[in-house]
Order: sequence, then C-alpha cells, then structure tokens
Amino acid sequence: MGLSGADFAGHGDATTMVEMDARPGESWVTTKLDFLVNWGRANSLWPMPFGTACCAIEFMASAASKFDLARFGMERMAFSPRQSDVLICAGRVPYKLAPIIRRIWQQMPQPKWAISMGACASTGGMFDNYAVVQGIDTIIPVDVYVPGCPPRPEGLIYGIMMLQKKIMNERNADPRLRDEMQPDPTSKLYIPASRIDELAEPFGNSVHQTRSAP
Amino acid sequence: MSAVSQPFAIVYPGWDSDATPATPRNVPVSGGEQSPAATAVQAQFPGAVVRTVVSRGETSLIVDATEIHAMIAWLKDDPTQSYEYLSDITAVEHRDLALAIEVVWHLRSLRFRRFIRLKVLIPKGETLSVPSVWDLYKAADWLERECYDMFGITFTGHPDLRRILLWENYKEGFPLRKDFPLRGRFSRSEQLKNALAANPEARYSMEELSIADAFEELPLDMRRRIASGPKTGE
Amino acid sequence: MGKRTVEVELSTTGMGLDGKPQRVPLFVGGDPAGLAVAAPPAMEPELEGEHMLINIGPQHPATHGVLRLVLEMDGETIVRCIPHVGYLHCGFEKIGEYRQYNQIIPWTDREDYLNSIGNNVAFALGAERLFGIDITPRCTVLRVIAAELSRIASHLVWMGTTCIDIGAFTPFLWGFQERENVYNLLEGWVGARLTTSATRVGGMAADIPDNWLEGLQGFIRTFPKTIDECERMLTKNAIWVGRTVGLGVMAPDEAINHGLSGPLLRASGVAYDVRKDFPYLDYETYDFDVPVGTAGDVYDRFLVRVEEMRQSVRILDQAVKRLPDGPINIDDPRVILPPKHKATNEMESMIHHFKNVMEGPRPPIGECYVAVESPKGEKGYYMVSDGTSKPSRWRIRPPSFVNLSAIPKMVEGHLLSDVIAINASIDIVMGEIDR
Repeated sequence: MGLSGADFAGHGDATTMVEMDARPGESWVTTKLDFLVNWGRANSLWPMPFGTACCAIEFMASAASKFDLARFGMERMAFSPRQSDVLICAGRVPYKLAPIIRRIWQQMPQPKWAISMGACASTGGMFDNYAVVQGIDTIIPVDVYVPGCPPRPEGLIYGIMMLQKKIMNERNADPRLRDEMQPDPTSKLYIPASRIDELAEPFGNSVHQTRSAP
Repeated sequence: MSAVSQPFAIVYPGWDSDATPATPRNVPVSGGEQSPAATAVQAQFPGAVVRTVVSRGETSLIVDATEIHAMIAWLKDDPTQSYEYLSDITAVEHRDLALAIEVVWHLRSLRFRRFIRLKVLIPKGETLSVPSVWDLYKAADWLERECYDMFGITFTGHPDLRRILLWENYKEGFPLRKDFPLRGRFSRSEQLKNALAANPEARYSMEELSIADAFEELPLDMRRRIASGPKTGE
Repeated sequence: MGKRTVEVELSTTGMGLDGKPQRVPLFVGGDPAGLAVAAPPAMEPELEGEHMLINIGPQHPATHGVLRLVLEMDGETIVRCIPHVGYLHCGFEKIGEYRQYNQIIPWTDREDYLNSIGNNVAFALGAERLFGIDITPRCTVLRVIAAELSRIASHLVWMGTTCIDIGAFTPFLWGFQERENVYNLLEGWVGARLTTSATRVGGMAADIPDNWLEGLQGFIRTFPKTIDECERMLTKNAIWVGRTVGLGVMAPDEAINHGLSGPLLRASGVAYDVRKDFPYLDYETYDFDVPVGTAGDVYDRFLVRVEEMRQSVRILDQAVKRLPDGPINIDDPRVILPPKHKATNEMESMIHHFKNVMEGPRPPIGECYVAVESPKGEKGYYMVSDGTSKPSRWRIRPPSFVNLSAIPKMVEGHLLSDVIAINASIDIVMGEIDR
C-alpha cells in the first residue's frame, strides 16, 4: 500500500503514482474521492513562510525563478496564517518567539501541515544554548523535517514533495489526522516539567549540564 | 518631510586629518604610538586615567568611573578631539573571575579619523553602575539597554533602561555573565513552559496600553487576564 | 530654499498638482520649517484626539525578519513608534566564549546571513589582528573579492525585498536570479551557497578552483546589465519616486549622533565608509567611489545602494586583474593546519594537526576591535583573549542594531505605508540585530 521508494524513481510526480488500496470499510467511491481531495490539497499547498533567519533566504531562493515553487502550486505565500495550508518554519526559533509560533499554528485552519526547514527549526541546530528552542516539534506538530544549514532549495523541494506524498496517503475518514491536539493536564500522557527533567537528566539538557563539552 | 528641502552639505570624514589612511600592516601586539587623545585627556583630567594601554594599533584608556562622563563629553565637544561618533558600548567579564568587569566605549573621530577605547573597571562585589552617555550620543540608547540586558549593568541617566533582547521579566539572569551557564539556569522543559506560558494577550505592555487609553475598552475578562496574569512585557 | 528635482518619466498617481507627494505630516513639537500641509478637515470630530495602537509583527513579511513595531497612530499618521527586537536572540556572543577562533567562523555566517562571506572576512581580520599576523597578498585580494561579492548579494536581497514591500515584485526575481550566479561562484569556491565559512585565521578554507576567475569575469560582464534593467524599472518610475522621496529624512548631524553607518549614513550626506577612512585589505589601493546622497530619504538610500553595487563590480574587476599567485595561507604552524597529505603521513604533522584542531590556535592576551564596511554599515568584531584558544569575550558591533534604533525618529509624522518603506530602506537583518 502506498508508495515505495522504487515507484518514485523519476516516473511522474509524487501525487500521481500513489496506489490507493482500499482499507476495510472503504469502497471505490471513497478512494476516488480521497484521491481527488488529496490531489487538490497536495498540489495547492499555500505556504505560510515563518521565516526567521538564513533558511528564509534559501526559502526565498526556492520561490524565485531558478527553483520556482510556483510549479508546486506554492507561489501564493500566505502571510496570514488564516489563509495558509503549510507552515514552513525556516530558521531558528528563540524562546521569545516560541509563543508566537504556537499562536500562528493555532490560527491556521485545518487541514494544516508543518515543515521544519533547517537544522535549527528541527533540533535547535548549532544553537544549543539558553536562548533557542531545541526543535519546534516541542511546540507544534511537525510533518516533515528538512535537514541542512541551510538546506539547498532542492532539499526543501524534496521535503515538500515528501509532504505531498504524505498528503496523498491520507484518508478523509480518519479523524486523528485533523485532531487539534491540545495539552491536557488530566490526560495520562501529560508529563509535568519536573518529571521531564528527571527522565531527561541522563541525557543532558537538564539544569545540571551533564553534557561533556559545553 | 516633503519633497522640497534643502540638500544637505556633504561631510567628508577626515577633514582635519593629516595622514592618508592606509591598511595597517605589521601591527605590533603590544606597544606602539599612543593616540594624541591619550595625552590630551591626561592633561585635561589629571589623575582620572588609571592606565593607558597601546595594543594592536589601538589606544585604550582605563578611566575612573567618576570622571568617565565628563571625559567622554569633553572628547566629544573639544574641537581638537572631536570624537563625535559613538561606535559601540559593551562590557567584558573575564574568565578569571577575580578580575573586574570592564565597561567599554568605542569612540571614533570622523574629523581626524581616529579611534579610541575607554574603559571603566568595576571590581567584583561593587554595584554594576556607570553613567549613561545617552545625553551625549543617541546611539547609546539601545547599546546601553543591551549591555544592561546581557550583564546587568545599570546606566544611570538612561531614560528607558529595560531589557531589549530578552523579554522584560526574564527570570534566569544576565546571560553574558560568566556564572550564567551556556544552556541557561532552567531546564529545557522549564524554559519552554515559561516561554509558552507567556500570555499572548498581554502583547502590549501596560505602558503602551495606557498611552492609547485602550485599556478601558478591552473586554473585562481580557483586562483581568492582563492585569493579573504573567506578562510577556515585551 | 533649494528645490530637489528628480526626473520622472511616466504620468503620476499620488502626486499633487504641485508635483509634491500628497502627505499630511504631523510634526511633534511644532513645525519650524513651515513644511506641513494643512490637514484635511476631520470627518468625525468625536474621534479626534484618540490614538490607536497598531502592532506590526513580529511575524510579518514586510519587516525583514522578526521585528515588532508598535505604532501609536493618530488616524493614518504615526505619532510614535516603539520597536521591539530580540525575537531572534540566539546567544551568539555567549556561545562564542565556548568555541575556538576557527570554530566561531560558522557563527559569523549566521548572524548577518546576507553577508556571510563578508562576515567571515571581517572576523578573520579581527582574529588575525588579535594574533598579530599578516595574511598573504593572494589571500588579501581574494578576501576583497569575497567581500564585494557579498556586498552585491546583500544589496540584491535588499533591493528585492524593498521592492516587494513597496509593491514591485519583478526586481525581486531579477535580483534573486543574479544571486544565483553569485551562489554558483561561492559554491564553486567553498562548497556552500549561503553560509560559507570561507575564511580561517591566517588564510582561507580553500583556494579558488581552476576556471573560477573566468566565471567571475563572466559575472562582472553580465551583472551591470541587470543593474541597468532594475534601474530602468525603478529610478525614474513616478510611482517609485512618489513612494520614496521625502521619507524618513535624517539630517547629517543627527545621523552621526545616532551612530548610523553604511548607506543609511551616506544617503544623509556623511561620506563615512570604513573602506576609505579606516582601510583594511588594501582598499586604499583600489580605485572606487563612495556614493553619497544629499537628501537623506529613502530614495537617496536606494540610489546609494544601487551605485554601490556598480562600484563593487568595479572593485571586483580590479581585484581579478591584480590577483597574485602564491600561497593562500600564511606559513605559521601555530595557526594553520598542515596539508592533508603530510598530516596523514608524517607523525609530526599529525600531532600538529591534532593540536590545532583539538585545542586551537591561542592568541596573545589582549583585545582587539576591527571594523569593516559591511553592506549594512560599520560591522565590528571586538575580541578579548585571555591567552587560551577560546575568546573571553566576543562582541559583534551590529550596524543594523544601531541603525534600527533611529527608526522612531525617522517614522514620526509619516503614514503607515511609509513606515514599511522606511523600515525597508534601513536594510536590517534581524540575525545581526538580535544575535
């Protein structure tokens, strides 16, 4: 089911080569409808460029003539989150900016996806210090991580195509996909900060700074 | 403001400079010729200059904290010195914690094409406070705020000394001090929790809202949240 | 009272019958020059006297990064502007204290990311002055080439984003296409497009490959045509002129007092360019002009930057002609790594390589401040060494930070759309402001 690496070896684009095997409870009508909806979504992803630093410049270069994002339907940069589909966080996110990116994510209507572009957005990158969030996936749910510092436009485009593959594999009947996960203190999955510190201590990143090199 | 205005007369730096500027070569690490400002300052403010260091082609004057403001004012206004350009204000805390904290001013004279560094040493244990030069150079506005933000040095006379790079009620301390660990005092989860808990509706500080008289017009629950909850105080 | 004539070619919109842009200036503290145009009659008198707070940012395409401007407005006119920075504060200076001098070079790429290789050059110059070493002639010329390419690239982004802010989209695409040419050159040289990390203390990371100079000469030949195209689009365009003339004026003495530098200062009539006044890398031996404006407004800043791009091409041309052969790194084993074939074959070289990588070169105790002319202004690195391989303090003197602190002065009395144009004309990079 779905797409394997071999299918993608240069024949057509990511969105036409998906084999949609029916899951139990589905009929050919729903698979065709799913295909149509997903095809529409994947090929007209309006990005919300949350560009902070150097990756934003490479994002702009991707949008420019040489690497043209318009051929993916992404030339309409939605700077209002309420009109966008995919949040591309390009650049490092310090703690001062963290509530803002959370707010922007909350303002985006479903269906929405997030691409974490660059090393700093994915893990904090080279900024392992007091000021930078060590990965925006601690703040918003991320669909695709694009490594690089900054990633080449081809790398970003590869990440976007990977997101398109992911979208093509979605099923509209699946309610978990559009779930707006909010932190719920009563849930069994919720771990308070002090407990996180205890769990994380052997791995460093705690207040005791147990990592070897500063 | 409108398109009709007197064109400015062009100011060419070095209008009283004797030498043609050249790329410095073979700059000695220590020793060398003192800047003429050093002798002039020592004549004008006897006893205020604790030490003069000439290194790498630059003259640094280590100055008494009580005289620094008068000295910078004199360097700025005196026509033979004319250090009208403030390049930078910063501070240094050395790795050897016994040494004093230094507050550094970098001044340039565009008229004579000169550069000088002035320093004030604040020994450990004394209050971190120096006079502000905001009344002399408007460039000092944000430079001093940043120095305060990173080191905790108070610049007396600055009109609006609050944090600039970090948020106003940043609890962890002053980052560029040597006792501040690289990754901060709080754990990552604690830092993230503090950052995300910043009340997004308190986007405006109380001061800004009161300017606009808009506080009265906010809905009651929002007013209560802003007045009571943690403020970002950005 | 002199009139300032700017040639316009097309018929205009937005200009009054007297040829002046229609504007309702609000002068805080009186109107000494009598320049204010009478305000239109208030439409609803009960709304008079109420000021609005408008928040721009921190996420906003037109703020060139994560800058937050809180504007207190009287109708459409700005009464006060309160900028908030720090949304990209990433602790550069703190982390510099934990890295060797050569390891800091990648951080210099990322603070002013539009001028990466220029920052590398600036830092290497500062480190070398701290160490007390002089670089080879070939390295000097190559660093000039790097710095000027970087200046062109930065001004192209500036032009593109300013045009987008004011409403013209095409020069952005043209500018970025030229940037791709610069990227190709940089990628051929150091392997990276944007974050180059091209210099090392005492030399460069790598020498230019064969045929690289031909590529650069091709760029020098074709790039002025692109500048001509962009100028044809903008310089005498009445819309552009109407949107930019007379905005954000800074007088020369105010500009000096505010510590402004770079094209912002030069457009206000102060011809301070670090390359001319406190030269480095033999800039005094190159034949180039420094464009200076006389009106201090957004239009002059635009003209200054466009002309600077042309002058950079001139410098590149001279640099290519004078590039000498020879070693690119100095011959000092305390700072420079041995060549790889020696390090893998000779024990001595291997130990030398090991020491320089694990511990890093150690400068004499002391401090040093070296400033260069970055596309944004006077960029300085102040380093304090305590004799170990990591600096005790690494300070970046950020030109955009000091330039931006003057924005409240520049936008007073202007309209909201002018704020965007003025903000664009300062050419800020938040990575440098917030570090």
